[in-house]
Amino acid sequence: MTTAITTRRTRGPAKDPTAERAGRERGAWFLVLPALIPILVLSVGPLLYGVGLAFTDSQSGRTAATQWVGTLNFQDLLHDTLFWESFRIGLLWAVGVTVPQFLLALGLALLLNQDLRLRWLARALAIVPWAMPEVVVGIMWRLVYHPDAGILNETIRDLGLGDGRDWLTGLATALPAVIVVGVWAGMPQTTVALLAGLQHTPRELHEAAAMDGAGAWRRFRTVTWPAIRPVALAITALNFIWNFNSFALVYVLTNGGPGGRTRLPMLFAYEEAFRYGQFGYAAAMGCVMVAVISVLLALYLVGRLKGGDEQ
Amino acid sequence: MKVSKPARAGQYLALLAYLVFLVFPFLWLISTAFKPPRELASLHPTWLPKNPTLDNFRQAFDEQPLLRAAANSLLVAVCAAVVAIVIATPMAYVMARHRSLLSRAATGWVVVSQAFPFVLVIIPLFLILKNLHLINSLPGLTMVYVVWALPFALWMLVGYVRAVPKELEEAAAVDGAGRLRVLVSVTAPLLAPGIVATGLFAFITAWNEFFFALVLMKTPERQTLPVVLTHFLGAEGVADLGPLAAGAFLATLPSLLIFALIQRRITGGMLAGAVK
Repeated sequence: MTTAITTRRTRGPAKDPTAERAGRERGAWFLVLPALIPILVLSVGPLLYGVGLAFTDSQSGRTAATQWVGTLNFQDLLHDTLFWESFRIGLLWAVGVTVPQFLLALGLALLLNQDLRLRWLARALAIVPWAMPEVVVGIMWRLVYHPDAGILNETIRDLGLGDGRDWLTGLATALPAVIVVGVWAGMPQTTVALLAGLQHTPRELHEAAAMDGAGAWRRFRTVTWPAIRPVALAITALNFIWNFNSFALVYVLTNGGPGGRTRLPMLFAYEEAFRYGQFGYAAAMGCVMVAVISVLLALYLVGRLKGGDEQ
Repeated sequence: MKVSKPARAGQYLALLAYLVFLVFPFLWLISTAFKPPRELASLHPTWLPKNPTLDNFRQAFDEQPLLRAAANSLLVAVCAAVVAIVIATPMAYVMARHRSLLSRAATGWVVVSQAFPFVLVIIPLFLILKNLHLINSLPGLTMVYVVWALPFALWMLVGYVRAVPKELEEAAAVDGAGRLRVLVSVTAPLLAPGIVATGLFAFITAWNEFFFALVLMKTPERQTLPVVLTHFLGAEGVADLGPLAAGAFLATLPSLLIFALIQRRITGGMLAGAVK
């Protein structure tokens, strides 16, 4: 990369290159500064500040000065079974949403990539969940799941499959029910990303493979999948992170209930920080979430990339 | 490529199943919004309201300060989108055209900012904004939304800038146009459609956002639409479902309309950023 830069630079106009480069650099700073300052003050700064807070006893509305407590918050967290239960639910939710999201979106993207009639309409409609505010998505599905006035139970009754149930307050059904909503809400982005990848698959290769008598599955494995693999990896990794960090959907659907069965780590940390005012402790939770997620993602990406080399 | 007839039929069927799954909850929301209380309490709800009514909408406006919340949301989202575009466009230009350390650091930030849980950011933000007396203030929320919309805006804009041929700029420079002149009269017009699409997307992001607004806005008269909508959930009897659905439906309309307008460009933008 360094060599590419130097060769390009030496090819530029010959009059006093150093002065010109310095001028250009100054110009670049001038263009970047208006965005850089807010990023530093409201994103990078708070992030570092947040990591720092995890090592303090910071609380909301306290008059005494905040003190460093070392790793005390993390030691407490280690024994906080409620938090680890919430963490387990968070992982279940993240995997439970991300995997079906990917498989369903892949199917939809493959369909939308075909020469079907009304494809434009299907593409437009498929994107609807993306445009909706998360709060509205939550409210909408509450109406679907509503035990009496909801369409789900009514359909079940119509089909003669029993009386239906109260999906969002049942101990066994709450988590699966919110997972379905999560899958629904995240499908469009995944589909769009995969579709973008599919449109870069060389058509000739497909046709050549078909001529050689390769079936649909074989063509998918040998032509399509290698082409969309990078996009698929990136979008699954992002989806996993987004899902693990999601908040609004479950806040509206169940607010963590029943009995904590859907209390995602974000909801847990939010309550700790803004209901009980334990800023330091909540920040420590945030750090643990980042750390565990980073490790999981690193393992996933390394594993996948290695898999790619072997093929 | 040829697809056999039964396979084609299967494809249509599968596509139909997808569309039903993706659209039915929204249809149910609309249906609920127009139902009178008696139909909502009925044990056998129907897809189409038998006696459609607008009462739910009236009631939604009476019960909760929806109009004021919508005005707050609009103000915050428009300001955030405009500011985000004004500051992101020059930065995206630099990121796309110069391969400096700064550009790489900025790209790194765009990626990393997606990975951090908001808890870790919201607590310090809360403390910082409190010191600046910007808690429960619309300008404070706007500032947060600007930064919140920046990563995706940068991502899309970098793609659009890359799509403008460098040779055009160089030709203008050879003709004696200054640097700023080149940017204003050559690059900007070509970028305009992309900038508009990015701005509209930033608007939707801010209009839909919930978490920051929930934490930062304390008094009802300053809260945004998503937060006020959750107040409907408070005491939820069957009778309140109608106004809840009506409010939720109205809150979605702006996002849906804008999304319909820019759908193609958003998908194109993701593509541009992804290909590189």
